[in-house]
Amino acid sequence: MVEAGAWWTVLAAPAILFGLAGLAVVGDAALDARGAGRPLTPGTAVRPLLAVSRALLAQPRRLPAPDRLLWRAGVITVPVAAVLSTLVIPFGGHVVADLSVGVVWFNAMEALTWAGLWLAGWGPNAAFSLIGGYRFLAQGLAYELPLMFALISAATGARSLRVTDIAAAQHGLWYAVWMPFALLVHLAAVLAFSFLGPFAYPAGRDIAGGVLGETSGADRLLLQAGRWLWLAAGAAMAVPLFLGGGAGPGLPAWAWSLVKTLLVLGLLVWVSRRLPVIRADRYVELAWVVLLPPAVLQVLVPALVDLNL
Amino acid sequence: MGATATVLLWASALLAPAFGVLVFTMNSMARVTFALLACLVCVGGIVTVLGLSYLGVVIVLMMVMEMVIMAVFMIAYMMNPAGLMPMSMLHNRRGALVISGSLFAALVAGIFLVPWPERGGARPRNTTFQIGAALMREQMLTMITLGFVLLATMVGATVLATRRGRYDRFGDELDQRPARDPAGGGVGR
Repeated sequence: MVEAGAWWTVLAAPAILFGLAGLAVVGDAALDARGAGRPLTPGTAVRPLLAVSRALLAQPRRLPAPDRLLWRAGVITVPVAAVLSTLVIPFGGHVVADLSVGVVWFNAMEALTWAGLWLAGWGPNAAFSLIGGYRFLAQGLAYELPLMFALISAATGARSLRVTDIAAAQHGLWYAVWMPFALLVHLAAVLAFSFLGPFAYPAGRDIAGGVLGETSGADRLLLQAGRWLWLAAGAAMAVPLFLGGGAGPGLPAWAWSLVKTLLVLGLLVWVSRRLPVIRADRYVELAWVVLLPPAVLQVLVPALVDLNL
Repeated sequence: MGATATVLLWASALLAPAFGVLVFTMNSMARVTFALLACLVCVGGIVTVLGLSYLGVVIVLMMVMEMVIMAVFMIAYMMNPAGLMPMSMLHNRRGALVISGSLFAALVAGIFLVPWPERGGARPRNTTFQIGAALMREQMLTMITLGFVLLATMVGATVLATRRGRYDRFGDELDQRPARDPAGGGVGR
């Protein structure tokens, strides 16, 4: 059922994820500086990472009658779920736990973010924060179904829920080529569950930061880290699902995994800055009326191909 | 079953009823809902450890989403404003005690009275395929019927619950575009 990787993969997987998330933050800051016309120095790029030490030293904000237990649980759940999701994502030839139901595991961890963010909104006992939590649920209802069909497309193509099987089944022809719509839906969902860019609605400026509004210090750091960790995890998952995993000429498998993940991550960071925030009620309409029918048809394509074989 | 699996099984088996007790002792709807979620996640853990990894992980996946949505509605429908006042999950105590007590007794009696079958053949390596074959081969007709019943129930419940029909949305001649909806997100605007 489970094929355990070498012991060091337990340490390497979170380390790589944190590295990728850090790179995404640095890239975002660099694009910020370029957009503002500031000179691009190493200092401007690394500045957001200095906020880590500032957040750890900051005095926590006290609020009247918060639900501390649930708040803390929610804030911790978001980054922890992101790290746990990487257990099943192969990187080159290595994977921490090659679960036979890896795709479902990734999806379950992503669903934990629903609980985490709603709790993070409920905990502070503040209206805007709670609205942010509810906004994420509305957004979740919109992106989840198309995402599930996108994941099922890749699993159907490989006739397996094991992520390494899916990566191996794409020898020669990537799923991105004949399931482009599933890849597109997956990438949109990655932005949605990391509530970044066009899907930053739960943490919107119009509600004073929403789920992030009342957090301070380490709590805020954990939630912000959770966003970027989920972005990195989603980008890393797209590689074995749609881009052939570590397959490629010349370079070793881990290098191809890294290159592809970085490309997807870079694309997501760039796109997230190009699009305006979309309201959840509008995205529900788009997701269910426009995205869902082609997503179902997309599953039909690998199913028919499988039947022919 | 290995040592790790046994430890996981016992930990989940003890934590699940502990969270179940918390559901009836805590006084906040949010906490109660998430105690129930923790209880159901433990059940998913038990199912996974017993070798049905697909069912176990799907239980976790579905229960997280279901409980979060349920928290929204439970809090919205509470008598006190927004679920901010202390509440209790205990209602009809005497009747509930009789029902739950007799149900528990019946289930425990079932454990000892049912002649459990011996395992025939080896355990399959990947149980997901067996579940799929069981549902989609012999029980295909049941699943199709169930699917239609569920869909019809959902559509019917929505139609009964909503007061507005197509004449409210599109006007008496059904020619009014865009539809007159009280809130955004509707189809056909």
